[in-house]
Amino acid sequence: MREQRFSELRLDRIGRNFGEQAALSELSLTIRGGEFIALLGPSGCGKSTALNCLAGLLPLSGGSIWLDDKQIDGLPPEARGFGMVFQNYALFPHMTVRENVAFGLRMRKTPKDEMATRVDEVMRLVRLEDQANKLPSQLSGGQQQRVAIARAIVYEPPLVLMDEPLSNLDAQLRLAMRTEIRHLHQSLKLTTIYVTHDQEEALSMADRLVVLRDGVVQQIGTPDEVYDHPANRYVAGFMGYRNMLTFDVESTAAGRAVLTAEGVRLSGRTFGAVNTSKAVAAIRPEDFVVDGPPPNRVEVSVEVAEYHGREMLVEARMPDGHAIYFRTEKRLAPGDKATVAVPPERVLVYPADEPAAPQEAVA
Amino acid sequence: MTAATGTVAETPAGKRPSLRHRLADRGVDRVLLLLVPGVVFLGLLFVYPFLYGLQLSLLPASGGLFDNYQTFFSDSYLRDTIWTTLSLGVPAALFNVLASVPIAYRMRGRFRFKRTITTLLVVPIALGTVLTADGLIELVGPAGWLNKLLVDFKVINEPLVLIHNYWGVLFSLIITGFPFAFLLVLSYLSGIDPNLERAAAVMGAGWWERFRRITFPLLVPGLAITFCLSFVLAFSVFPSANLVGDPAGETRVISIAAYHAAFEQFDYSMGSAISMIMGAIMLGIIALVLGWRSTMFRGATGGKG
Repeated sequence: MREQRFSELRLDRIGRNFGEQAALSELSLTIRGGEFIALLGPSGCGKSTALNCLAGLLPLSGGSIWLDDKQIDGLPPEARGFGMVFQNYALFPHMTVRENVAFGLRMRKTPKDEMATRVDEVMRLVRLEDQANKLPSQLSGGQQQRVAIARAIVYEPPLVLMDEPLSNLDAQLRLAMRTEIRHLHQSLKLTTIYVTHDQEEALSMADRLVVLRDGVVQQIGTPDEVYDHPANRYVAGFMGYRNMLTFDVESTAAGRAVLTAEGVRLSGRTFGAVNTSKAVAAIRPEDFVVDGPPPNRVEVSVEVAEYHGREMLVEARMPDGHAIYFRTEKRLAPGDKATVAVPPERVLVYPADEPAAPQEAVA
Repeated sequence: MTAATGTVAETPAGKRPSLRHRLADRGVDRVLLLLVPGVVFLGLLFVYPFLYGLQLSLLPASGGLFDNYQTFFSDSYLRDTIWTTLSLGVPAALFNVLASVPIAYRMRGRFRFKRTITTLLVVPIALGTVLTADGLIELVGPAGWLNKLLVDFKVINEPLVLIHNYWGVLFSLIITGFPFAFLLVLSYLSGIDPNLERAAAVMGAGWWERFRRITFPLLVPGLAITFCLSFVLAFSVFPSANLVGDPAGETRVISIAAYHAAFEQFDYSMGSAISMIMGAIMLGIIALVLGWRSTMFRGATGGKG
């Protein structure tokens, strides 16, 4: 009684409005069977809305959802046969762990002995055999999380939806569960859509990422693509390009741009047309090299140096007053002068009038 | 233990920790003083009258300690008031609780006009028994709208007798008791995390399975409490038993018997005894219901409110 596998899940310009406001607009995406997709964005970007629309918990305002050649967006959640892991787990508090896990099979009228075998199998998979007869409230957060996952995959749904499943766990457990989810996905090959606001989580787990902002897709791509070639300034800011330096444009030609400010001259790569007089150079803290080779050398004075084990995270000021952040194994102290350089292919240049990621201000 | 480690630095070696810290160790602090007015109030207005009534009931004008109680249980005219009251109070409370469930279930989400509808459902609480009785007479009395309509349309030949009997009192108890039960059930329902039902839906449960397996089991403890409170309200019925009932016969409830003894025969001792019996029956029923409730799951239901 395995659910039918599919070869393709197609979202065709799906959208959802709340009153006047579009929480999600025109999301089109084709997901292959077995793929792990992460929907990434800050809170309020529409990623949970998209997930709830897929689950059938929210009706669409527009567009359609296709499972191969079957249109499913009109079906109620119970008729879609998907699995879902909720952010607060939503375990049934009055049922034991075992009853929670068996719920989906019970709803599918699975024969008793088959149900028992499959529940046992999944409980072993998530290492909860010993907790079977406990109530959810007697479990730790990580265990509850594993029950929620077991409950969602026990009936081998064609699609598993996960809504920020790790956000309530502490950092260490989060890392462990991340690996565990990835492991489960590799062994069961269940198509998974995973919602998160944590770019590291998305990059490390997903086959492909969908970056959202205000309900609009910013970029769809593999972790490599999104990490190395953010489509715009917003995605770059989200992907850990912590230095966002606004400079004057000196020249642009053939995917190259030269930016200047007082005492600084930077050349970098452009992805779209940069025809504004100002542009933003996006650079990762780890791409700066202290005493590196020219070009793109700049002398800075160190203001804050944080100890991060093997390396230091340094905040320094450039001659024109911009603050930059870089990582280095050199032991620098506040007040030190240093020369840093960055290879031109690591400098991404975006028009200055593009919206910034929310992290830019804080990170 | 925690306080001990916390005070090590402040207390010189060998000296006992301060009184405040020792009290805190036992969970006592000065904020508890705020409870004093409440305790005094409860003592004056509940415990004292209760004990006074109890001793009054044990001192009949003539005879021994338990004479009043013996009289009550040997006189069928008095004894039967228990059955009369139960047969009004239990069905009314049951109906109010059970009818509240589907309505509150439909109304737990957010939707347009929710406030208006809730207000309409709750208004009867504010009406008071007398106004309700008045309305009942106008509506279902022998010359009320309902009977006029039914007779005029030849549905029936004789007006239905719906007031000044058992049914009149039952209607009145339902009209005044329902809003109360409804509000309680609604708040218990909104305390259940809506994600539980959503999770069940995604796992393949239709609305009936979701209600039967998730919402209802989590709601039952709340329903038990609601039943107890509704029952207590209905069991002490007095005004409507007089106004729209048959206080000398069919709806001679236990509170009428107590009133009769105390204020018409001026036998305060007997009146007190009947009140004590009334209280004992209520406590008995509540104990039964709560005992059954304690066998249910009563943990947190995951809700935020």
